[in-house]
Amino acid sequence: MTTTVAEPVRDYDEVTAAFDPVLGLEVHVELNTATKMFCGCTTIFGAEPNSQVCPVCLGLPGALPVLNEIGLESAIRIGLALNCTIAERCRFARKNYFYPDMPKNFQTSQYDEPIAFDGHLDVELDDGTTFRVPVERAHMEEDTGKSLHVGGATGRIHGADYSLVDYNRAGIPLIEIVTKPVEGAGERAPEIARAYVSALRDLLRGLRVSDVRMEQGSLRCDANISLRPKAAPGEDQSAVPFGTRSETKNVNSLRSVERAIRYEMTRQADRLLSGQRVVQETRHWHEDTGVTTSGRSKEEAEDYRYFPEPDLVPIVPDPARVEELRALLPEPPGVRRKRLQAEWGISDLEMRDVVNARAVELIEATITAGATAATARKWWTQELARQAKTSGVELADLPITPAQVAALQALVDAGTINDKLARQVLEGVLAGEGDPKDVVAARGLKVVSDDGALGNAVDRAIEANPEVAEKIRGGKVAAAGALVGSVMRDMRGQADAAKVRSLILARLAPGEADGNG
Amino acid sequence: MSAISREEVAHLASLSRIDLGPAELDTLAGQLDVILGAVAAVQQVAGDDVPATSHPMPLTNVTRSDTPRPSLGSAAVLAGAPEAEQGRFRVPRILEED
Repeated sequence: MTTTVAEPVRDYDEVTAAFDPVLGLEVHVELNTATKMFCGCTTIFGAEPNSQVCPVCLGLPGALPVLNEIGLESAIRIGLALNCTIAERCRFARKNYFYPDMPKNFQTSQYDEPIAFDGHLDVELDDGTTFRVPVERAHMEEDTGKSLHVGGATGRIHGADYSLVDYNRAGIPLIEIVTKPVEGAGERAPEIARAYVSALRDLLRGLRVSDVRMEQGSLRCDANISLRPKAAPGEDQSAVPFGTRSETKNVNSLRSVERAIRYEMTRQADRLLSGQRVVQETRHWHEDTGVTTSGRSKEEAEDYRYFPEPDLVPIVPDPARVEELRALLPEPPGVRRKRLQAEWGISDLEMRDVVNARAVELIEATITAGATAATARKWWTQELARQAKTSGVELADLPITPAQVAALQALVDAGTINDKLARQVLEGVLAGEGDPKDVVAARGLKVVSDDGALGNAVDRAIEANPEVAEKIRGGKVAAAGALVGSVMRDMRGQADAAKVRSLILARLAPGEADGNG
Repeated sequence: MSAISREEVAHLASLSRIDLGPAELDTLAGQLDVILGAVAAVQQVAGDDVPATSHPMPLTNVTRSDTPRPSLGSAAVLAGAPEAEQGRFRVPRILEED
């Protein structure tokens, strides 16, 4: 049985006062190729177990793996986007181990010769500052099969009687991206880790090389963290040797990355401050309880006996093709944001709100569909952000398209509906009642600007509010607002407010009516 | 001293799920010992100035297009499994979490 007793932790402030954290992040990303890395099996998520398996990915004798050209190009593009050097020559290696999640008894990976190395990713933090995360390498490998542990109370390995393995995932192209030790993060280490994974996800999404869905496991993060004593003021922190690190696995959401690192820092600090040592080990993150627990101890287990993969020939990327791929890289997300911010004419703070609301792409698409920058931004960051928050979904997952938002704004601009009605139309669209014009028609939400109907409503309002009417007659034009409100209520919001105002003034203060219509 | 013991061969056989009788173990242990001895002789010859050869053929950049090819089908795949359950390979309890 695993120990589930909570380990003692320290207050975060106490941790950062005494220690300097050093981060290391390993991100595995599944590529979205049609076939596996070394064979023609398909890669469809959720298919019937062991239905996407062949002699190559089963490791049957005599089977010959051949590299997927798109897998290779995706790896190069990822390396380029991470500002890496692309290897002039590299090869694959066998990583040998005895777990049954690879039927071959090894995982095909890269060891001493990764396809890409020595890069960095600039990460934007919540306060708008940028932190540069150094990237050690990005290498090609293949995913492992999926194990189901049977007999244990929790479905996990501990207490399981046996395991059931599905090899559909075995052989799916995987790129492992490893940072160098990230120093200088200080108390912001958890935030920086989260921002890095988030920026990496945006970058990979922009490259269209992966679905980058953390909840489906197509983007996975292992978080290494260690603590070293904080240098005395005036002394060089980088001269202090690194502490012993732990590696936390099973971190499957951006929020978990931040929480897991924060937790590990408070746990390691308690050990160090109470005179114990940090054990170098693999730990597992538990989303529900917010703690990590000890897994296999690394010191006893890791000898993968890497050796060059004899069945796959070396890769020598054509420099001309690499330059072609570099030229075709999409604009980096950070640069793109700066450009859009300038185009939209908004402040840093406003842009940050847009980014934090994950509304950049949605606003951009809404503008493409015909809305102005100001109106597109207003809808997504205000009304729709509120709707998303209420329903507990991501903005992009609301059942409304940028084109529909643009169409809604076009109806407002044409005077067909006003802002208040527009919100009702929005609700209709979100409820699946169709496009904005369909909702307007079905719900009868058109603004009434017909003089006859409005005139009758205005007469009723004047009759019901004689004192207000008297004030207006006496020259207090501002009091007309109260009558406009009364008419709007009468018309259930469907009146053209400007028109109502001008009708009121025409009746009570004819001299003021001009120019207010 | 032999390069590989009879016990080590028996252990490897059991890891490889190859059922070997006592006579077969005797024979194979002897044969493997000869092979390992030959490898050891090569290792002595290869100096530090000779890089390890991982790929004897002068081939590079062999790739295939990202085009699906038929898989085996789960029935055929599982036919090779010692035990299967729920369409999956049933294996002894392992030490590592997923």
